[in-house]
Amino acid sequence: MIDETFDAIVVGAGPAGNACAYTMASRGLKVLQLERGEYPGSKNVQGAILYADALEKVIPDFREDAPLERHVIEQRMWMMNDRSVSGMQYRSDDFNEERPNRYTIIRAQFDKWFSKRVQAAGALVICETTVTELVRNTQTGRVIGVRTDRAGGFIKADVVVLAEGVNGLLGERAGLRTPHKANHLALAVKEMHFLPRDTLEARFNLQGDEGVVIEAAGTITRGMTGTAFVYTNKESLSVGIGCLISDFKETGETPYGLLEGFRKHPAVAPLLAESDVKEYAAHMIPEGGYNAIPQLYGDGWLVVGDAGQFVNAVHREGSNLAMTTGRIAGEVIHQIKARRDPLDAENLSLYAQKLEKSFVMKDLKKYRNLPRALHNKHLFTTYPNLISQALQTWFRVDGVEKKQKENEIVKSFFRTRKFTGLASDVWSIARGWR
Amino acid sequence: MASDVASPEVRVEDRLFQNRYLVDVGRPHIKVREHAQPSKELLALTRICPAKCYALNDSGQVEVTPDGCMECGTCRVIAEAQGDIEWSYPRGGYGVLFKFG
Repeated sequence: MIDETFDAIVVGAGPAGNACAYTMASRGLKVLQLERGEYPGSKNVQGAILYADALEKVIPDFREDAPLERHVIEQRMWMMNDRSVSGMQYRSDDFNEERPNRYTIIRAQFDKWFSKRVQAAGALVICETTVTELVRNTQTGRVIGVRTDRAGGFIKADVVVLAEGVNGLLGERAGLRTPHKANHLALAVKEMHFLPRDTLEARFNLQGDEGVVIEAAGTITRGMTGTAFVYTNKESLSVGIGCLISDFKETGETPYGLLEGFRKHPAVAPLLAESDVKEYAAHMIPEGGYNAIPQLYGDGWLVVGDAGQFVNAVHREGSNLAMTTGRIAGEVIHQIKARRDPLDAENLSLYAQKLEKSFVMKDLKKYRNLPRALHNKHLFTTYPNLISQALQTWFRVDGVEKKQKENEIVKSFFRTRKFTGLASDVWSIARGWR
Repeated sequence: MASDVASPEVRVEDRLFQNRYLVDVGRPHIKVREHAQPSKELLALTRICPAKCYALNDSGQVEVTPDGCMECGTCRVIAEAQGDIEWSYPRGGYGVLFKFG
């Protein structure tokens, strides 16, 4: 099919692959990027929030033509039980700044834009092509290229960057990493709800391109570890919910049943009223954190983005880690090529060293024990109910004296979860957070 | 607890109807291994698959119809390791085509 050797082949055209291909191509390397979708983005799903900082470090002027939806000025963190919502809200006019920090985006459009920039930087991007196999030197095991589902032999490259996403088959089947575990992955489903722009802005108290994001947890996941969200786009709402796959398997809950429950919640339904649903999507999310990160490099290969489990589940960060790992991988490959050294495991170990020094690994390491602490059904059922009852007791004016209300609230916690349960929940989260 | 909030029969078909697909006719990208009795993993797929591609047939085996598959890979995580299913990506360009993603 292609009878030349590339400096690098990038498998996948999501944020990690695009950041990597752009970084290498703009530094003069000969890059081939292969994408199985009809166009970049057609296989990709995200909430989606774009964190500007990570993209700025790749494409500083991205705001000029990137398809951005709304800049985020307000964050709502909801704790939900079946009938109530309590939580925290932060809205600031400071987020109406010249170079906003967070935007909502629609991935199919964003990825397509990013890919155009990658192509303009000089990379050859071929879509509708599934990479079926990594080709390795039979003696040394070194990765020397890829085979695709198109006719022809294999395509040679000095290095293959695996930006194949959370459901990446290549690295697994080549034995470069073990399959992700069901308790290290979430399954999320999402719908796109369209509304007239002025209706949406009135419902969320927005002007111009201001946006709101809502992150929610509680009885909506029926005891499973997971969260739900509502993000405001220009003329649509991204509405989704996700839980650990191991929890789905154990409980027999269905993802669409959960989404239906969330949509119909009395605090959510009015936000979605009379919307026109135009897409239903599903995707996995890496949730294993630091302890789930696989081997990241070897002779002739690197792994970036979701395929490497680079997601900070606590802060809902993923695409920024994808872009950052992609950029750093690209810089490292360029650096090694520039001094004419081989792209072997020893030289590529620089990638892991640089990640260790960046916020990517520092943040993931900080929360390394949190996934286990959050796998506690009381956090998603018992506490949201207790907190809802407590607030209702507190706010209801009914002639009961305040001292008695306080006692009732405190007693309700100890009665329900006992002292040892409370102490262990607080302790495990505090330790995980440290 | 919240199960009374959701109707038990959510029509997934109606949701998938909104999506774009290019089905590779005659080349399903997922296959279920022949079995007399489904394993608990295969049974789990009838609940967890977000596109409801897996269903029990009249004689009690789990069958897959991957036309509405969104290629999330959840079934692969649950049932590939022990050989219950075979999973590969559709040929380039085929399968689900997200308009928004």
